[in-house]
Amino acid sequence: MLLKELTEKNGVSGNEHEVREFIKKEAEKLNTEIRTDSAGNLIVLKKGRNPRYKVMLSAHMDEVGFIVTGYGEYGTIKFSPVGGIDPRILLGKKVVVGEKKIPGVIGCKPVHMQDRDERGSNVKINNMYIDIGAEKKEEAEKLAPLGEYIAFSAEYVEFGEDRIKAKALDDRAGCAVLLDALKYDYDFDLYACFTTQEEVGLRGAKVAAYTVEPDVALVIEGTTCSDVPGVEKYEHSTTLGKGAALTIMDRTTYVDKNLVNYIYNLARENNIDVQFKNTTTGGNDAGAIHQSRSGVKVASISVPCRYIHSPVSVMSRKDFESVKSLTKLVLSKFSENQDVICAIKEGRLLC
Amino acid sequence: MFDLVKRLTDVFGTSGNEEDIRALITEEIKGKVDDIYTDALGNLIAVKKGSGKKIMMAAHMDEIGIMATYVDDKGFIRFSSLGWVSQYFALGQKVRFKNGTTGAVFYEEKLDDMKDLKLSRMYIDIGAKNREEAEKKVKIGDTACFVGDAVQAGDMIISKALDNRSGCAVLIKAIQNLPPTDNELYFVFTVQEELGLRGARTAAYQLQPDMAIAIDVTDTGDMPECHTMAVKCGAGPAIKIKDSSVICHPEVKRLLEETAKEVGIPYQLEILEHGGTDAGAIHTSVGGVPTGAISIPCRYLHSPVETASISDMENAVKLLVQVIGK
Repeated sequence: MLLKELTEKNGVSGNEHEVREFIKKEAEKLNTEIRTDSAGNLIVLKKGRNPRYKVMLSAHMDEVGFIVTGYGEYGTIKFSPVGGIDPRILLGKKVVVGEKKIPGVIGCKPVHMQDRDERGSNVKINNMYIDIGAEKKEEAEKLAPLGEYIAFSAEYVEFGEDRIKAKALDDRAGCAVLLDALKYDYDFDLYACFTTQEEVGLRGAKVAAYTVEPDVALVIEGTTCSDVPGVEKYEHSTTLGKGAALTIMDRTTYVDKNLVNYIYNLARENNIDVQFKNTTTGGNDAGAIHQSRSGVKVASISVPCRYIHSPVSVMSRKDFESVKSLTKLVLSKFSENQDVICAIKEGRLLC
Repeated sequence: MFDLVKRLTDVFGTSGNEEDIRALITEEIKGKVDDIYTDALGNLIAVKKGSGKKIMMAAHMDEIGIMATYVDDKGFIRFSSLGWVSQYFALGQKVRFKNGTTGAVFYEEKLDDMKDLKLSRMYIDIGAKNREEAEKKVKIGDTACFVGDAVQAGDMIISKALDNRSGCAVLIKAIQNLPPTDNELYFVFTVQEELGLRGARTAAYQLQPDMAIAIDVTDTGDMPECHTMAVKCGAGPAIKIKDSSVICHPEVKRLLEETAKEVGIPYQLEILEHGGTDAGAIHTSVGGVPTGAISIPCRYLHSPVETASISDMENAVKLLVQVIGK
């Protein structure tokens, strides 16, 4: 299963090659032109039959993780996060270090050795370490040199009626949707961009969008889902099982209103489950893409993911399928009539 | 000047929703320039053709506001801010959606301490009986601006959205009083400045000007017991030295200062500690653009009672027109 394979690859921001190689092999089967740019983005072109416009799809390959920054006593490793991670979820988690995937666990001083103040507060990352079974600093240095990447170790698990648990659903779910979209033929040129370093500042997408110069772009993401106990209903960013989530605005983008309404209406007319993202926090590649060159019309279609940026992200298979069908549908509509792309580009499409 | 500013501030135009204000500005400048068009992000670009230097002048036309994010069973609306909105300024205010629906902004009374007030603990009451009735008027993603009709008080105007409709007024007046010049002039009314100088960035990329001047409001330090800042209302337009987004190009700054001195326009120099302007996005565009800024001193920024001086605006027009003609 594609999503299982994708999430079991490691690709902490800046170190996406394992994911890239896997996607490249998959894309090679799909009659495409493939290149890797200087930022490590994999840009896959599906040539159009009668291209008047360029449509960019974007999904980032990278995931949050860690990097080796030093060594503690007794062969332990000091580390820093790469991307936004809540330190409170880290203790007791399994990780793999470096290319050789050396197993490790994240630990700290045992609870009965902590004084009252320490017990009452959250352990800081500075006071955590990774134990890779080394006995001495020299051994740890050899196994995990400075700057070595560290990824969460997590299995892909299907559970409940339609739930999937895995690490890096943000944004391997998007990568899987792009690979699906590349199976079909279109009249326009489709540039599926598998981008790098999204989690550290939308960096790959910025470069890719500049190169591609798209007429319209769609970002396919894994987004936050806060429909859990303790959160007021009005603060639920998205709801699991309610379908593909469309962003109206987040910290990085005010997406094109015409385009998002067009996508929303298409979904409703074709019985694809769809919801708006209710909060305006977070950000994704759209932020970099819509600001590229003279500006690009952009929208985001996302799979809601609970416990995002953790090794136990949870999504609904139905939502994933909704995102896949919706993306496919939008692209097929663009292909049937490229004037739609033109109308979106010129802001003439009124819904 | 007051009538123009009143027309401009009355019109709805939250960040990302600049359609109405764009239409009004287009009406005001129609026939005075060679070309007017709207770009991908919605910037309005008016061009006066010429064979000389390409000069870009930018004033953002968006205003701060709120976006509806959730409607509850009883018809109350939760919201996020568009641009920086102070919870204290918003409290007890009216907001108006694009379709005219007006609502009261209030807060959850359970709150123990006003210091803990956050926008996420506030809501908008549009007088609906339930969710169904509310959703007929306001949908998730709809935006609203604050209500604060423009009034004249002596030399001052009190209004919402003087940030930056007063800058737009300056650009419009400059277009209506263009001096003879060979320079190619781009008057750009930008979008989404309040969300991160977004319109100016893409506009500057496409125009690739030789020089740029941003026109926006700036903070002042002339209110009782306020922070220290050497800018005051009524002392002339401020020539920007720096803010958090830009250190203005010395040549552009010198040009503005010398022009003001030559013609005898009162001016002041501006150093803004917090806050940025379109100049920040423009000056790092493509290979870099020498950029300066003319600021209208304005009190109570991002509130519905922004207050600025008419004579400062008029002097800003004079200064800009003189600079264009050079």
